[in-house]
Amino acid sequence: MIPIPFDYETLRLIWWALLGVLLIGIAVMDGFDMGVAFLNPILGRTDSERRVIINTVGPVWEGNQVWLITGGGAIFAAWPAVYAASFSGFYLAMFLVLVSLILRPVSFEYRNKYIGKKRAAWDYTLFMSGLVPPLVFGVAFGNLFLGVPFTLDAFQMPHYADSLIMGFLHLLKPFALLTGLTSVVMLASHGAVYLAAKSDGTVQRRAVTAARIGWLVWLVLFIAGGFWVSQLDGYTITSAMDMNGISNPRTKTVIVEHGIWLRNYHAYPILYMVPLLAILSSFATAFLLRAKRFATAFIPSGLSVACTIATAGIALFPFLMTSSLEPSHSLTVWDASSSRLTLWLMTIAATIFVPIVLIYSSWAFHILRGALSEELVRTNDKHLY
Amino acid sequence: MEHFDPVILARLQFAATALYHFLFVPLTLGLSWLLVILEATYVMTGRPVWKDAVKFWGKLFGINFAMGVATGITMEFQFGTNWAYYSHYVGDIFGTPLAIEGLMAFFLESTMVGLFFFGWNKMTRVQHLATTGFLALGTNLSAVWILIANGWMQNPVGAEFNVDTMRMEMHSFYELIFNPVAQAKFVHTVSAGYVCGSMFVLAISSYFLLKQQHVEIMKRSFAVAASFGLAGALSVAVLGDESGYTVNSHQQMKMAAIEAMWDTEPAPAALTIFAIPSTGTMSNRYEIKIPYLLGLIGTRSFNETIPGINQLIAQSEGRIANGIKAYGAMVAINKNPKDNAAREVLKTTGKDLGYGLLLKANGIDPMKATTADITATSKTLIPDVFVLFWAFHIMVACGLWFILLFALAFWKASKRRFATSWLYKAALYSLPLPWVAIELGWIIAEYGRQPWAIEGILPTRLGASANSAPMVMTSLFGFVAFYTVLLIVDVTLMIRYAKKGPETAPEGAHA
Repeated sequence: MIPIPFDYETLRLIWWALLGVLLIGIAVMDGFDMGVAFLNPILGRTDSERRVIINTVGPVWEGNQVWLITGGGAIFAAWPAVYAASFSGFYLAMFLVLVSLILRPVSFEYRNKYIGKKRAAWDYTLFMSGLVPPLVFGVAFGNLFLGVPFTLDAFQMPHYADSLIMGFLHLLKPFALLTGLTSVVMLASHGAVYLAAKSDGTVQRRAVTAARIGWLVWLVLFIAGGFWVSQLDGYTITSAMDMNGISNPRTKTVIVEHGIWLRNYHAYPILYMVPLLAILSSFATAFLLRAKRFATAFIPSGLSVACTIATAGIALFPFLMTSSLEPSHSLTVWDASSSRLTLWLMTIAATIFVPIVLIYSSWAFHILRGALSEELVRTNDKHLY
Repeated sequence: MEHFDPVILARLQFAATALYHFLFVPLTLGLSWLLVILEATYVMTGRPVWKDAVKFWGKLFGINFAMGVATGITMEFQFGTNWAYYSHYVGDIFGTPLAIEGLMAFFLESTMVGLFFFGWNKMTRVQHLATTGFLALGTNLSAVWILIANGWMQNPVGAEFNVDTMRMEMHSFYELIFNPVAQAKFVHTVSAGYVCGSMFVLAISSYFLLKQQHVEIMKRSFAVAASFGLAGALSVAVLGDESGYTVNSHQQMKMAAIEAMWDTEPAPAALTIFAIPSTGTMSNRYEIKIPYLLGLIGTRSFNETIPGINQLIAQSEGRIANGIKAYGAMVAINKNPKDNAAREVLKTTGKDLGYGLLLKANGIDPMKATTADITATSKTLIPDVFVLFWAFHIMVACGLWFILLFALAFWKASKRRFATSWLYKAALYSLPLPWVAIELGWIIAEYGRQPWAIEGILPTRLGASANSAPMVMTSLFGFVAFYTVLLIVDVTLMIRYAKKGPETAPEGAHA
């Protein structure tokens, strides 16, 4: 067999970065569909306005959703311990996400096949599908900073302290609610920018307003979150760590210490560029919206989303999932990955397929370019949502 | 609620959501290629009747596709929620095909499906046809990767147990993707999808032909479905035989169970076509057998024997004894990673570790297992013979009926005799049968593998998450209730839009 050209440490770092790319891909691409679905009943007053809103994402949401599906598969393959501990740990929350994710395609596809009240009901199922996943993912991310109550036994089986309802309620700590809210506001604002670029008239006007208010609220939440994190108890590895070592999360020592979540930023102040870029991008978005450069505004909007996630990821590094019950069992980049061979094979697969995906998705967006109007929806009644 | 067994509930949930998901997938697999054929004919002939056909079947495709995607998401995340130990134990191998499936197939089909529906006026005819083609390719590629993953559960090649990480790890990607079980399963499954798609088109075309409506579109659809369906039905049978052959090499217990063959027979073994098997008494009543046939299918020879259930159980006792040694070594290494003697033991007995875990799955401490425990545990290797025997025989009967029906339809269509009402009625009433056969096929594949999640490696019971019964019960009821509502909506819409028929210019305008 051909030798693997990277050492284990490098492959783990690559897959930590790719995990970030996937999460950002989910938030930037699938995030704007969710934002639009969330905004639909708020910004659309009449059925034809709502049809415009829904049809702006109609042709692309399905492709975008694959970021989420692929993200799940990639975590399974590259970070199986994280996959095992997180989804079973966030059990009820995951169930709600799954239900809302199933509601989404169904609502899109079936909405226009009904009229009147029944049709309006699908707007609310669609709304839930744009609210619940960003909320739950945001809350879950917040809990990674606070610690999740799990331990691993000698067989590496994850166990949890909580049962069904309490496990869910314990996720809803104040800081996690803040990150959940930040996530919802961020994706709604990002969706509003997309909507501004893809619609005209009244809908567009409302979308611009929503985007500007949304990004302002996000700014407040993001900065508040940053200060809050600096005051939380953070996790740090105290034992010597072999970055090329075996993936066994039970062999290290981790302690919890007040106010150390920003240690990576203190160690490398250049990293402060990432949150700064998130903030500057939001100003750029607001500026471009004022200048009526709606399509261009989507770029800094996406950049703000990406940098928000990167900001949190950098603070957590090298932790992937922290354990509040047994901090030493926390899952990290150095001890929760799959084998070197699997990481290498997955790297090859990503190198081949990600560029291909980007090429044909860009082609699809190009074919489907242009804004939607109520007029267009009326004349194409038969083959639009 | 505490006295419910969370593992049973998790299994029920998996079975319910998987069978439900697979109501939609095969139709997507088959109908996507039928759309390609219809649209290619449109591009070549330029006649609008073909385009009307694409749009009509495309609308039904869309209703179904939405459900297929939606229910697939549950399948992926369910491994994490309900089967955490499984995810940890085999994620290193099993996760890879799932991730590649996303990258290679899901992105393609999902991007193309948007263009298919929304791109009619934005692309040239050839571009749109290419979109439809890539859509079909994407759906079929996703089947490749998920069946590589499932094939590995049936025949876990290319992987080894690593005691330091306490999980299976990949050592050969080549063996994983060229797993003979996965190959046979892929062709068998997509062919079944082609039959399903063809039956769907054939039955609905027949409905309109019986009513003498939309005749121009429907007789063309009928002819295309008849030919594609015949090819698919033959392929299902041939590759079903190939599956039989590979099952015999790798999963002899499943083979013995679907044939209800309790004891090894002198070669070549007879094929049992009717019986009432009972796992309790370990025997059959009311048997009807065809001499020699099973031996020929299973071994492709006259002189090799196929082992019966009792013989397989006797063999497995040795593997359980070996598995106890492997388990002991594993525990020792866990306590002291430098225990080289234990590592040597694990090296020689490691391939039977799963049989040691099987004792644990049955609530027996492998280190304290008695001979009686081993014998009792070996009996748990027998799957539910009654269910498997009948699932298999009904599936095969459906398969034979499809060949006959599509052959008749093909013959009639090629003679351009579109006035045979009995054939239309037969096609219409056969509409549910592909789903029956396909769901039974999955029951054989998955239920027949029990008590294993990964054949010979990981017992199902040990793969589950440490969830309480109320948790799993909540999500089980949640999914069943939610899915039932969705199914009612889906079927209602499907019937409404199918009955509505194509939207075309008045009849005859396309002549």
